[in-house]
Amino acid sequence: MSDKHDASGVPTTGHVWDDDLGDFTNQPPKWWMLGLTASAIWCVVYCLFYPSIPVSNAHGFFKGIGGWTAINEMEADKSVVDEVRGKYEAKLKDMTPAAILADSELTEYVTRSGKVLFGDNCAACHGTNGVGTVDKQGLFAPILRDDDWLYGGKIDDIHTSIVGGRQGVMTPHKGVLSDQQIDDVAQYVKAMSEEGKDKADADSAVAAGKKVFMESDCTACHGADAKGMQAMGSANLTDKVWRFDGSLEGIKKTVAYGVNAGPDARIAVMPSFKAAGKLSDAEIKKLAVYVYKFGGGQADAPVAK
Amino acid sequence: MNNEAENKEMGAVTTIYHEFESWNANLGEKTIHAKRMPGFFRTIKNYTQLALWLPFFLGPYLRWNDKQAILFDIQNRQFHFFSLTVLPQDIWMLSLVLLMAAMTLFAVTSVASRVWCGYFCFQTAWTDWFTWLEDKIEGNPAARRKLDDAPLSLDKIKKKGLKHALWMVLALLTGISFSVWFVDAHTYWDNLIHFNLPKVGWVVLAMFFFGTYILAGFLREQACFWLCPYARIQGVMSDSQTILPAYDVKRGEPRGKLRKGGGAVAEQGDCIDCFQCVQVCPTGVDIRNGQQLGCITCGLCLDACDAVMDKIGKPRGLIRYASLDEFSGKRARKIYQHPRTLVYVGIILVALSGIVYGLTHLGAMTLRVIPDRQPLFVTMSDGSIQNKYEFKVVNKTDKDIHVKVSAEGGISGQVIIGAEEPPITHHGRGTSFTIFVKAPGANVTQEITPIEFRVEGVEDPAVSAEYNSKFNGPKHE
Repeated sequence: MSDKHDASGVPTTGHVWDDDLGDFTNQPPKWWMLGLTASAIWCVVYCLFYPSIPVSNAHGFFKGIGGWTAINEMEADKSVVDEVRGKYEAKLKDMTPAAILADSELTEYVTRSGKVLFGDNCAACHGTNGVGTVDKQGLFAPILRDDDWLYGGKIDDIHTSIVGGRQGVMTPHKGVLSDQQIDDVAQYVKAMSEEGKDKADADSAVAAGKKVFMESDCTACHGADAKGMQAMGSANLTDKVWRFDGSLEGIKKTVAYGVNAGPDARIAVMPSFKAAGKLSDAEIKKLAVYVYKFGGGQADAPVAK
Repeated sequence: MNNEAENKEMGAVTTIYHEFESWNANLGEKTIHAKRMPGFFRTIKNYTQLALWLPFFLGPYLRWNDKQAILFDIQNRQFHFFSLTVLPQDIWMLSLVLLMAAMTLFAVTSVASRVWCGYFCFQTAWTDWFTWLEDKIEGNPAARRKLDDAPLSLDKIKKKGLKHALWMVLALLTGISFSVWFVDAHTYWDNLIHFNLPKVGWVVLAMFFFGTYILAGFLREQACFWLCPYARIQGVMSDSQTILPAYDVKRGEPRGKLRKGGGAVAEQGDCIDCFQCVQVCPTGVDIRNGQQLGCITCGLCLDACDAVMDKIGKPRGLIRYASLDEFSGKRARKIYQHPRTLVYVGIILVALSGIVYGLTHLGAMTLRVIPDRQPLFVTMSDGSIQNKYEFKVVNKTDKDIHVKVSAEGGISGQVIIGAEEPPITHHGRGTSFTIFVKAPGANVTQEITPIEFRVEGVEDPAVSAEYNSKFNGPKHE
């Protein structure tokens, strides 16, 4: 064991290990003590400033003298975003959907927020990005990406559909038409879609179906040309896009039980998003432009800028 | 008396022994007060520091076409260099610039050790300027040490106050000069004078003000010792072939004090142990202990030693730039016989050619086309197949351009929808728009058909860009 003790005269704690190891009673460095004190003061100030004591009392709980709440902080942060959006939102208020569509910058803005709105409000039935949803009976809600529109694909038509909602109507024909007639007319309708109306008309194999189509009440809604009427939302039967199911069985089911006309009927109901009160006017306009921009939107006469 | 005459004769040299008597490892508990001596390396250092950092202060005020000539416009995500504008898409060149800078540092270090530290580094430069001010106000190192130890007096307060005030001015100028590389200098000064800077502006200014003031005023060489990673990286870059300021042990040892009157004793080396090399060292190391972490290779000890050698009539170069090979008697090899340096130079050339390629192939426009993934395609009412594409066009010119959209390949009979009126692309940023391609269903025979899109300026077709994409169709059995 060393006999060298070069530190003499420095007081020790008096605690001795291993015969001669002692502990100096040196002060920690000044900067360290200052840091410690500052940290302690910081803790006290922090606890007083913020809601820090998770125990409730008669007056609620300790809310901190700073009045800080997470909600306030969130609102403050949100105001930053609102400021960025503000100049667009202010413009949107007084614009028609068609006018928005004519402004490329606004359209870009609207389609971005429209994507979120669509996901929250529309995608449940129409599918993400408007690809449509399918249940066991066929297409549950229409594909919004194609150019086949039951109620019209102009920007104002789309807007009207979202504002007021839509309810499809087709009377059931079971009992009105015989099973054979239903089968015939279904074959004819299928042929119109697959071959085109002119060919189907000339096709003797579906002549019976054509006769049923022309002589029963089909033309009342679908028209003599079978192209449907957008005013009442009747489907165009001559194109390649099917509202429910384009298979023979599917067509027969639609003809037999109709749409929104009883327990076995096909269901085609879209609620009014204005009546539901969930969406503001501006949001509905955004959605209309967003849906129009899916690719099926039909141009109006050009809008004056 | 004889003695007095001798004292007079040798006095000029022997009095330097009283200036500094012992030396310990520099742990920062005492301020280093380095002596300033004129000399070759002092002059070089003065010029190299100014050459690198004067442009730092003055560069932002250079104007070009009514705009700041060099501006790292972070807010608008643009880099302006005279007439050249680089957008974030081309920022990969920055990584090559950084690579080149790093390799230059390595190459120079492998040839001549820590040249950066000694002659260019901001820490060295600012510390040098700060101590220069200190020297002018408080006097030479001895006077400074005395003033430090002196009790508080009006004179001390005056001197110290003036020194710190000047330091702060320099620190403030540093912070401002840094900031104006990133925002327009005129606007910045205008905002600064009216106390109208944005919050981030104040924070940056404060950081650089305090950073400069503390690092150059107080931490000084301690930053090189204990903070700076480059000091250590560069330390390991030198090898036995690297030339660095070194003490010639064979010639200098055994060192011994110069005897009055008699000159050096026969067995004594050339080093007269005058501590001048330590005295002038800005990091307070003793170079005679060999190459060490604290040495920033600034060469000031060479100046000091040479001055002493001149005085005692010995040849210069007791401390000199030399490689370890030279001292150990090995054959000194040429720079090009140093493989490591050649590797560094090779990498520098690769990076440089990359930058040159980048600058000459910037292009005025870039195009990215993102096909819609859900759904991949849509069947339209007439049975045709439609694909939707998101076009992202970056227009790097300085004006908005209308573009024509065309396509090669794809499906026969396809129609491009959405660009009947040429879409506008905004200058200096990305613009996105939607393009549809509709093709007759009967012609779509495979799931994936390659298609190449092209955009070109309506007025100037030379401004153009292409992108390869795909046309998706239904699966065929």
